[in-house]
Amino acid sequence: MRIFWLNSRKNLFFLAAGLVSSVMSSKAQETFPINDIADPREKIFAFTHATIIKDGSTTFTDATLVIREGKIVSAGNNISIPANAVVTDCTGKFIYPSFIDTYSDYGVAVRSERSGGSGFYGGSTQFNSATKGAYDWNEAIRPETDASKLFVTDEAKAKSLRELGFGTVLTHYKNGIARGTGAVVTLANLNEHLVMIKEKASAHYSLAKGISSQSYPSSMMGVIALLRQSFLDAKWYSTRPAEEGVNLSLQAWLDNKSLPQIIEGNDKWNDLRADRIGDEMGVHFIIKGDGNEYQRIKEMVASNAAFIVPLNFPQAIDVEDPNDARFVSLREMKSWELAPTNPAAFEKANIPICLTTSDLKDVKQFLPNLRKAIDNGLSEAKAFDALVTTPARLLKISDQVGSLDAGKLANFLITTGPVFNEKTAIIENWVQGEKYDVKPEEWKTIKGIYNVEINGAGTSSKYILDVQSNNAAKLIASDTMDVKFSYDGKLVGLSYSLMAKTKKDSSAQTSRSLIRLSGTVNGSVWNGNGEDSSGNRVTWTASLVKAGSISADNTKKKTPPVVGKVLYPFDGYGWEELPKPENLLIKNATVWTNEKEGKLENTDVLVKNGKIVQVGKNISDASAKTIDGTGKHVTPGIIDEHSHIATTSINEGTQSVTSDVRIGDNLNPEDISIYRQLSGGVTSSHILHGSANTIGGQTQLIKLRWGVNDEELKFKNWDPFIKFALGENVKRTSSSSNNRFPDTRMGVEEVLMDAFQRAKDYENALKAEKPGTNTVRRNLKLEALVEIMNKKRFITCHSYVQSEIVALMRVAEKFGFRVNTFTHILEGYKVADKIKEHGASVSTFSDWWIYKMEVLDAIAYNAAIMQKMGLNVCINSDDAEMARRLNQEAAKSVKYGGISEEDALKMITINPAKALHVDDRVGSIKVGKDADLVLWNDNPLSIYAKPLKTIIDGTIYYDIDRDLMLRKNIIEERKRLVQKMLGEKKSGSPVSPPKPSYQILLGCGDHLEHNGLITINKIDDNTTNQ
Amino acid sequence: MKKYLITIIALIFCASIHAQDDVYPAKEYKGLLFITHGTIHIGNGQVIENGTIKINNGKIEQVGQNLPIPADNVRVVDVKGEQVYPGLILPVTDLGLKEVAAFVRGTNDFQELGDLNPSIRAIVAYNTDSKIINVLKANGILLAGITPQGGTISGSSSVVQLDAWNWEDAAYKMDNGIHMTLPSFIRPPDGSAPAPPTDPTKDALNKVEEVKFFLRQAKAYLQEPSHKKTNLKFEALKGLFDKKQKLFIHADQVKQMLIAIDFVKEFGFDVVIIGASESFLIADLLKQNNIAVILQEEHALPATEDDDVDQPYKTASQLQQAGVLFSLNDSHEESRYRNLMFNAGTTVAYGLTKEQALQAITLNSAKILGIDDRTGSIEAGKDANIVVSHGDILDMRSSIVTHAFIQGREVSLENKQKQLYERYLYKYGLK
Repeated sequence: MRIFWLNSRKNLFFLAAGLVSSVMSSKAQETFPINDIADPREKIFAFTHATIIKDGSTTFTDATLVIREGKIVSAGNNISIPANAVVTDCTGKFIYPSFIDTYSDYGVAVRSERSGGSGFYGGSTQFNSATKGAYDWNEAIRPETDASKLFVTDEAKAKSLRELGFGTVLTHYKNGIARGTGAVVTLANLNEHLVMIKEKASAHYSLAKGISSQSYPSSMMGVIALLRQSFLDAKWYSTRPAEEGVNLSLQAWLDNKSLPQIIEGNDKWNDLRADRIGDEMGVHFIIKGDGNEYQRIKEMVASNAAFIVPLNFPQAIDVEDPNDARFVSLREMKSWELAPTNPAAFEKANIPICLTTSDLKDVKQFLPNLRKAIDNGLSEAKAFDALVTTPARLLKISDQVGSLDAGKLANFLITTGPVFNEKTAIIENWVQGEKYDVKPEEWKTIKGIYNVEINGAGTSSKYILDVQSNNAAKLIASDTMDVKFSYDGKLVGLSYSLMAKTKKDSSAQTSRSLIRLSGTVNGSVWNGNGEDSSGNRVTWTASLVKAGSISADNTKKKTPPVVGKVLYPFDGYGWEELPKPENLLIKNATVWTNEKEGKLENTDVLVKNGKIVQVGKNISDASAKTIDGTGKHVTPGIIDEHSHIATTSINEGTQSVTSDVRIGDNLNPEDISIYRQLSGGVTSSHILHGSANTIGGQTQLIKLRWGVNDEELKFKNWDPFIKFALGENVKRTSSSSNNRFPDTRMGVEEVLMDAFQRAKDYENALKAEKPGTNTVRRNLKLEALVEIMNKKRFITCHSYVQSEIVALMRVAEKFGFRVNTFTHILEGYKVADKIKEHGASVSTFSDWWIYKMEVLDAIAYNAAIMQKMGLNVCINSDDAEMARRLNQEAAKSVKYGGISEEDALKMITINPAKALHVDDRVGSIKVGKDADLVLWNDNPLSIYAKPLKTIIDGTIYYDIDRDLMLRKNIIEERKRLVQKMLGEKKSGSPVSPPKPSYQILLGCGDHLEHNGLITINKIDDNTTNQ
Repeated sequence: MKKYLITIIALIFCASIHAQDDVYPAKEYKGLLFITHGTIHIGNGQVIENGTIKINNGKIEQVGQNLPIPADNVRVVDVKGEQVYPGLILPVTDLGLKEVAAFVRGTNDFQELGDLNPSIRAIVAYNTDSKIINVLKANGILLAGITPQGGTISGSSSVVQLDAWNWEDAAYKMDNGIHMTLPSFIRPPDGSAPAPPTDPTKDALNKVEEVKFFLRQAKAYLQEPSHKKTNLKFEALKGLFDKKQKLFIHADQVKQMLIAIDFVKEFGFDVVIIGASESFLIADLLKQNNIAVILQEEHALPATEDDDVDQPYKTASQLQQAGVLFSLNDSHEESRYRNLMFNAGTTVAYGLTKEQALQAITLNSAKILGIDDRTGSIEAGKDANIVVSHGDILDMRSSIVTHAFIQGREVSLENKQKQLYERYLYKYGLK
């Protein structure tokens, strides 16, 4: 092949190619044959006169760094420079260890696909994994995934990370719940073999299913159950049970146990959920957060975990149009304002963190966002730790990276100044002793005043050039002109026009009238050639007259911006500080005791330390805050037996038996429904799994303590319950292609028989197991059923028609237990005698009917008949709107069936307390009981009544006067943030379109919810109920 | 009189052991009928204590205190101590078009295919034998606006009375209005299918323009009396242009309601907005443009988490204050519209007076549906559509309907639910 060297472009190309090949060959691997001339190099470099930040606590000035064959030889003062070193003078420059990203998918990115759904409202269920081979039954459990085997270098991505200062990343395949192992690789442009510095550095987990096509799990609860069961399965597998054969996934799970364990929470509550799984299974997780952890930093501290923190701060929203802005929530606006305080919040709380580029839409945002975090209080020292020291320590790779100590990889940055300063540029990023230019032009500044002389055919002209930066200069002749100027570290180019600027029209500057020059820079003298405006060749020189001062970074440390307060919950109706229990004396009210005393007029109630301490006339207590109850009514707090609020997911509807999932694993204490229902007098809610399957999940009784965290929301010391369901929903009447057993009520009964029979056998096997041998696989599903049979867990069962009600009772009796509560139970009136005999409570809707086939015979007199038959009758909501009017729903039993007002009130207070086994603490106004009280302006059974105060454990969680104040605050705070966002838009910062802050309203899938314009009704993570 | 009452009650209990198919529509009542000694809530805000209503051949002739009652040949219903109201009106409903809401398609006839369907008529599918009707009647709801859904223009609604043998018999005002649903201006959530438009406002406005273009062509078509090619869709719009029909626009969002106002300006239609959950934001504007409003559902959650927790409960009172003509509806899918009066009751706790709340489910609804010349209040000249309740009809503790009259006929308050109640009281020996 002939090469035309005269072709300068080609020439350049070959030069470049030569460079690349020389880089590769100089680090060629021993085993690889050479198709070239061997070019072994020792690569000894010395960097002198630099400020060297060796690690978080050691800085040398005027120091030297010596590297050799990709490793650090020495760093510090008084270091001897090998004679064969290439020496670079780094006067004025800084050298840092390069950054480490702990949460990368560099080289192992996941293809994106939609995950499998639950098939509740249409599609079919995929029961089995699509992964072929001797792997886990569930596609999302893939601990055998080994990032080091998937890893392929990706220079484009590596370059983008190097430009930010990263030299090393922990990369893993971000798919699945158990994701397998991560590998530590450098960002050098070398063969995979050489950049991989630790093949198995970490084991990864998440609470997201990823791209698994399998239906299970479809909910947060299901994910948690699957994780817990998998931990137990792995433990069991360590006994090599013959019945399992070889399970490569479980083997890998065991093999990965000794590695640092990293779990992706991606939300403040998920972080805590993940931590609790770790606590239960004896794993100390490093938690990958989301950026909203500052909203619950105390809880993060309590987790005792280290965090990996992204910097994906939200953009300001375009709130120009008030009709669009209306649907952007205060929560979202506040998140925008406060997100940059997240890293500082971790620092203040003394929690170790690693910062990551993960979750950024554009990695280029990393450094600007890091500076934003610093402006918002993150110290530079903590930032350095979070990018260098902590990742190296947590990943146990401090022997190789994380400082500039001798023997470690030569992974370092050369910068123009302190690395986090806005004006500082990274000049070079060295990885494994390989140099990668980032901004080589920053080596030297060419700022200054130059004399320019241009010589053409017999003409000569002189100018003064004022170079302001590598991209900006002005030419001074008789006038000052803007010049198009560029300097890339090697070549300089400028063009300008001498035509008078009559118009501010750039098109006037046609190429014809442009003078174009290019040249090279050699110290303070530039030489080059070009063309003048007539196209004649010219040569030119420029010589420095006066150097521009190397402006020290004089950006002052900004004072942190003024931002709003964190509220608990993070919502307009949240608290700045959580309320405390008070001593309260309600005077002269009508008190509905629900006890044998009945309704007492002109009566006082005294509350101390969260309990009711006295009920009677003329009580006085100086220590108590007095509330005038004249003309008002006091009732026990309302208890909703059937609710779906305050959770992240409600249905794990993929299998017919999901007794392993627990509502309590995924509470959402920030659900606005809590506050709205407090305003309706509700103090306790029984949060049920949905009705998608015969044996649903474990339920959770909560008190509506608005503002507390998920654990504190739980009703303490409570008998555990579980949700069952029968009829149309569990046989998926709504689906035209159901493939999940059962499809009829005949099958539903048999699912129950089978599940309890298996549970019986399981219990027997456990009893026969030699203690400590772990030979019986722990089965979380069956364990819950064993608890039911042993009367340690109680059933509340969604049920409608008489046949299915009786069938379940007979199954229970066969296995020696009783159904605790039938909920909905709209045909309960038809078999009230049988239910009575069986001994179950009932909880029903007041007047719903005919919204589907199985409620055709539902009647509004149902509660009354069952009450007359002596059953313990509750009225429940199952609806986030109706729950705030449960008093009205109870009052309907006065209308339909003539129940007395006092008995009607019991249906939403003491009766549900009995059904839930907590009537010793709540449900009536009795000395010694929890002070869960509602103060009403009117007879609570009247449609004109509304709560004035709702009290839980002696703490006023809702107060109608405070509510009015909050409304004003919300308006003010929204106004402030809207103005701030408009300012951001005006300043030219990018803004995102005004997306409504959709509210998710979870329902069991039984019926429609009644909500506003921007609420999405959801049954589970994949199904929207429209 | 007492005796008479007792016989009626006895009759009802007798009927109760029969199936609902034995609940008959009442026969026409000829002659004079007096309802005496009741507290009469006229429906326009006025209340007459211890009043009497004189009804002649189904029409109210006189209302007042101490009306003379002829000695014989008249029927007198003494309602001493009870409350008397105009028959309640459910203004917008799929009653009789949709029986079992979910997953029983065979019982659903409320939503047609296609986008511009002005010629579709709800009345022809109205099933007078729906089991829901008698349940509503027993709560005092005597008239309903039967409304089609689907597409942008869904067709025409008709007002029916709820005690009839068949739809022709039931029709109270045939084809009183055309219903239109405006496109949403709100960006759908991420991940919705089909993918959300990049600019929802622009897309919605394009759709509105398409509808306006359709209406402009209809208007031009209607200028000529005869056509070579008859267009049934255009023909069906004649009533709108003649102002013999109203245009009911289903809209909740502010931008949708602004578009609705624009329809008045361009076409001069009589526009009513149905839904209007955000109407409190532009109440003054609605008043200025004389737009009436039907609020769909009081018992709903606030639209945004920042909204006042009681916003949907108090929207009615905000409209009242601004002087907007509004009525209340109950579109609750699970209780099936039986709580209309309690929706009204809730607004009383949040700012309306009881009489204003009553008016919002009687006279105001009649005005908005275009039937106030015949019903909506207990005034001379109107049909005797009257409900008697044991106590305050807006409060469930006392809302027990004892009599109901449609055009002077005393209608049965029996229904399937009462019959099943009786059946099981019998089974358990509780009666």
